Amino acid sequence: MTPLSLGRTGKIVRHAVLITTALFALIPFIWMLSLSIKPESEIFQRSFHLLPSNLSGLNNYAAVFASAPIVRFLFNGVVVCGAIFMLQLLVSIPCAYALAKLRFRGRDTLFAAVLVVLLIPSQVLSIPHFIMLHHASLLDTYGALILPWVFSAFGVFLLRQFFLTIPDELIHAAQLDGMSEAGIIWRIMIPMSGPVIAAFGIFSVVSHWNDLFWPLIALRSMELSTPALGILLFRDEELGRQFGSLMAATTIIVVPLIAFFLMAQRRFIDGLTIR
Amino acid sequence: MKRHKLRGWIYSAPAVLAMCVLFLGPVLAVLFFSLTDWQLGQKSFSFLGLGNFEALLADKVFLKSLRNTFVYVLLVVPGTVALGLFVAVLLESSEELKGIYRTAHFVPVMAATSAMAIVWGTMLNPSIGMINRVFHWFGYSGANWLRDESTALLALALIGVWQGFGYAMVLFISGLKAIPQQLYEAAEIDGADSAVDRLRLVVLPMLGPVMMFVVIIIAVRAFSVFDTIHVLTEGGPNYGTDALLYRLYVESFNFLRTGYGGAMAVVFLIVVAMLTLVQARVIDKRVHYT
Repeated sequence: MTPLSLGRTGKIVRHAVLITTALFALIPFIWMLSLSIKPESEIFQRSFHLLPSNLSGLNNYAAVFASAPIVRFLFNGVVVCGAIFMLQLLVSIPCAYALAKLRFRGRDTLFAAVLVVLLIPSQVLSIPHFIMLHHASLLDTYGALILPWVFSAFGVFLLRQFFLTIPDELIHAAQLDGMSEAGIIWRIMIPMSGPVIAAFGIFSVVSHWNDLFWPLIALRSMELSTPALGILLFRDEELGRQFGSLMAATTIIVVPLIAFFLMAQRRFIDGLTIR
Repeated sequence: MKRHKLRGWIYSAPAVLAMCVLFLGPVLAVLFFSLTDWQLGQKSFSFLGLGNFEALLADKVFLKSLRNTFVYVLLVVPGTVALGLFVAVLLESSEELKGIYRTAHFVPVMAATSAMAIVWGTMLNPSIGMINRVFHWFGYSGANWLRDESTALLALALIGVWQGFGYAMVLFISGLKAIPQQLYEAAEIDGADSAVDRLRLVVLPMLGPVMMFVVIIIAVRAFSVFDTIHVLTEGGPNYGTDALLYRLYVESFNFLRTGYGGAMAVVFLIVVAMLTLVQARVIDKRVHYT
C-alpha cells in the first residue's frame, strides 16, 4: 500500500501536480538550453520562443569552445576531484580498517576525534588553510585546491561503519592462509566495499566539483579554475557578457555531472543522501 | 602482542596527521584569531579577549547579515521541506512514471550552484528574463528582483528552495518506504481510509524522526548560503542579501581582518555544530525506532 490511495481522478491529479513541480525543477535548464542556441538579437526580442528561428545560434558553442578555457575548467575539475578522492581513500581506508578491526589503546579516543571533526563546517577553516598554504608557497596551485581535503572524517566514519559488518572470520581465515594485513585490506576489505566506496566517491566528487567558496579563496589564475569558479570568471570576460554564449558556457559546465547522474541515478542518490 | 597494539596507530597515522594539521589545529587557530586584532600579513597583534565578539554585537552590517541569514533560513527551510514532502508523498502513491519524476526533481541538486545562479540571474533579469515576461503576460509590471532590496532576499530564497527540494524529496522517499505496510492496513480496518486520515494518522507520525533529520540538513545548507549571493548580489542592495558566510568571506579575504573574520567563523561554527549535534541525536533515535 502507498501513502495515499488514489482513484482514477487522484492519479490524474497526481500527474498534473508532479508535472508542474518537475517543470519548476527543470525550467532553469530549459531556459538555459533555449538561450544557449539563440543569437543575441533573438534573446532581446519582445516575444519569447523556446526554439530559435534558425541555427546560427549554435555559433555560441563554437565561440565558447574557441575562445575560452572552458574545456580546461572541466579538465581541472577532473584532476582536482580525482586527486582529492584518491588521497581521501588512501588516508581513510587504513584508518577505518584500524578503527573497525584492530584493538589498540586510544582507539575510542581516535574515533571520538573523528566524530568531532564531522561537526566542523569546512568554511570555518578557510583562514588557517589560506595561511598555511601561503607559507608553503602553494597558493594558486592545484595543491592548494587538493591538500586541505585529503582527510575526510565522513569517509573514515562511513568506511568504518561498513568494515564493522564484514565478519571477523573472513579475516582470520585469510590470516591462516598467510595473507598479510595489507593483503587483507587490498584483497578483501576494498573489493567488498564497492558500493560504499562508490557512494562516498560520488559524495566527494560532487561536493568538490561544485564548490565555489574554497577555489575563490585559493586561486588567482583562471587557468587553474575548477568548473564552478571558471564559469564566474568567464562571465567577466568579453564573450561572457553575451547572454547566448554565457548560457552555452554554463551548459557545458553543468552537463557532464548531469549526464553521469542520468547514467547512474541510484548510485548518485545513494551517494548524496548517505548521511 | 605489543606489535599488535602499535599496528592500529601505524595504520591510522596518515589520517591522524592530516586530521591534526588540517582540522583540529586550524580550529584552535581560528578560536585564537577570534580573540585578537590580527590582520592578515601583519607581524604583530594584540590580545582583545572577547572584544571582537562585543564589536560584532555593535556592528550594524554584521547584525543585518545575521538577520538576513535567519530570514533566509526561515523562508528556505519550510518551503523546501514542505515541497519536498508533498512531492515525495505524491510520487510514492503510484508506480506510474515514478522513476522519471524522481529523476526530474533531483537534477537541480546535482548542478553547480554558481553556474545555475548565473542562469537564474538571466531568468530574473528585468529586460530579457522569463519571470518578468510571465508577469507582463498577466498584466503586471514585474520588478528588478535582484536590485530591489524588498525582493532580492526573496529571490535568493526561491533559488534555495529550487535547489534543495529534490534533495528533501529523496530523503522523504526513503522514510516513506520504511513505513510498515501493516500500519496502512490497520488504519484502514479502523476506518481511517481517506487520504487526509492516512496522512494524519500514519504517514506524518511515522515520518517524525526523518522530518527532524531533513529539517536540520536543509537548515545547515541554508545557513551556509554563499554561492548565489556571491554570484548574483554581492550582499547588496544596501546589504539586503548579506549573510553570515558571505560577511565572513568579505571580512577575512577582502578586508583581511583575520581576527574579526575569525570571530564570525566561530559564530558560524557554533550554529552549524549545534545543528549537527541535534542531527546526530536524531540518527541515534532512529536506530532505536526500527
